[in-house]
Amino acid sequence: MKRFIARHVAGLPKSGIRDFFEIVAKMKDVISLGIGEPDFDTPWHIREAAIYALEKGKTHYTSNLGLMELRRAISAYVERHYTLTYRPEDEILVTVGVSEAIDLALRALLNPGDKVLYHQPCYVSYHPSVTLSHGTAIAVPTRAEDGFALNAEDLERAWQPGCKVLMVNLPCNPTGGTCDRARLEKIARFAVEKDLIVLSDEIYSELVYDGAHTSPAVFPGMKERTIFLHGFSKAFAMTGFRIGYACGPAEIIDAMMKVHQYSMLCAPILSQEAAIEALTRGEDGVKEMREQYHRRRDLVVRRLNAAGLACHAPGGAFYVFPSIASTGLNERDFAYGLLKAQSVAVVPGTAFGENGRGFVRASFATGYDHLVEACDRIERFVNTSTPCSAPSSS
Amino acid sequence: MNPVLKLLIEGGHLTTAQMAQVAGIAESEVSRQLEQLKKERIFLGWRPVLDLSRETAAAVRAVIEVKMTPERGGGFNRLAERISKFDEVESCYLMSGAYDLLIFVNGPSLQRVAGFVSEKLSTLEGVLSTSTHFMLRSYKEGSFLIEVPAQDTERLKVSP
Repeated sequence: MKRFIARHVAGLPKSGIRDFFEIVAKMKDVISLGIGEPDFDTPWHIREAAIYALEKGKTHYTSNLGLMELRRAISAYVERHYTLTYRPEDEILVTVGVSEAIDLALRALLNPGDKVLYHQPCYVSYHPSVTLSHGTAIAVPTRAEDGFALNAEDLERAWQPGCKVLMVNLPCNPTGGTCDRARLEKIARFAVEKDLIVLSDEIYSELVYDGAHTSPAVFPGMKERTIFLHGFSKAFAMTGFRIGYACGPAEIIDAMMKVHQYSMLCAPILSQEAAIEALTRGEDGVKEMREQYHRRRDLVVRRLNAAGLACHAPGGAFYVFPSIASTGLNERDFAYGLLKAQSVAVVPGTAFGENGRGFVRASFATGYDHLVEACDRIERFVNTSTPCSAPSSS
Repeated sequence: MNPVLKLLIEGGHLTTAQMAQVAGIAESEVSRQLEQLKKERIFLGWRPVLDLSRETAAAVRAVIEVKMTPERGGGFNRLAERISKFDEVESCYLMSGAYDLLIFVNGPSLQRVAGFVSEKLSTLEGVLSTSTHFMLRSYKEGSFLIEVPAQDTERLKVSP
């Protein structure tokens, strides 16, 4: 059968997370810090809005762009929090999560062979999404000593003729890295100078713990070249609703809409109705969740550093990305060893690209009691571990 | 807000050792702050949240609306505090609106609660009238849903 599979799909590597998931799924009583979604259930008033919509018979297609009421609410929300103004009529597209929005943008923008810069370690789908759109992805490293912020100098070094798009994800999954204004401004200047379109995935932007979040789109010359991507999964704990949106120049949104219209048609109407409720009445809930994540972050960072794993305090998102160099293990052996010896799951950093070598990702989207216990176990593992090998990867 | 107080509100059932870890302070400091909260009468005490309808010797509970005459100099306080001292009274609130006090009472039987109302409560000087509502069924108690058991969210064990 293999001969039937398209070459660019056959060539995609399997997600490193998938591998690990298969092993963890078979084990009992594991404390998993490997989960990339909130532990909070969606706030009840949002769930109730979806139920109410279902009761009212809202079971039909919506406009390809999404419900007008939702686009208006998105426009108001984005203006209030990001000081960016987008017209609900033609500059906002409601999508099935940010993942779809990324796919749409890349498919709308890339000609075969176009090059895309992205920072790494990064979310697992970036590189494959570029490949699936027949583009060439170019990784730009971020480093622990910068708190995994993105530097314009590294972008300059990685840039090649033919680069068309820059993908950024700040705060970043898996590192929690953020960029201060000064760094962002340099990145913006770089993007303008090299005439790049910027795909800015700001899905974690409500979950920022030190200072305020700034969108790259606010700098001079940037709004007209930025596609602002956001959604409801993380801040409103709505991962299963699969709902997000893209804001950008009308011509680009129109092109993305064409792809969306012939593939997805529209985002599920119940999720759109729930999203309206989230934007209009959900912000207190976001604040409470952020405060809890903040305390959890401080707890985990303190404990991991005390255990001897060098761990920067992530500026945002709900992941820590400690170095495991001090243990003498590589990231796979560490993750498998920890799982076997102490039943705690963390994800090897290389699941997020080569630049994750020597690191693991631990999510703190888990209750306090589990986090305290997990930290105790990690400490025990670090103190007693003797290198043992992970099963060889296929 | 005081971090220990915050954790009391949201933390569920954390031990003082766990609170100390989360707040990033020594366990002795948590205990000191708990004592301070008690001293300030903010933290009044621990009580379990129970669904006593499952207990065979189930208690009878009622809500009573009380109209009363305020006193010069003391308003409603003296009488409200006096009423609150009865063991049958679980909680007692001064309310705006059509009545003055709202009282939650419990007792081992209907007769005992009725007796409390007719013999103790309504005979107090200053109490003008009472209106007693017996509770038939509880759906939510102290933030816990009664019939819907709390369940762990089913998340994938590892996800990107």
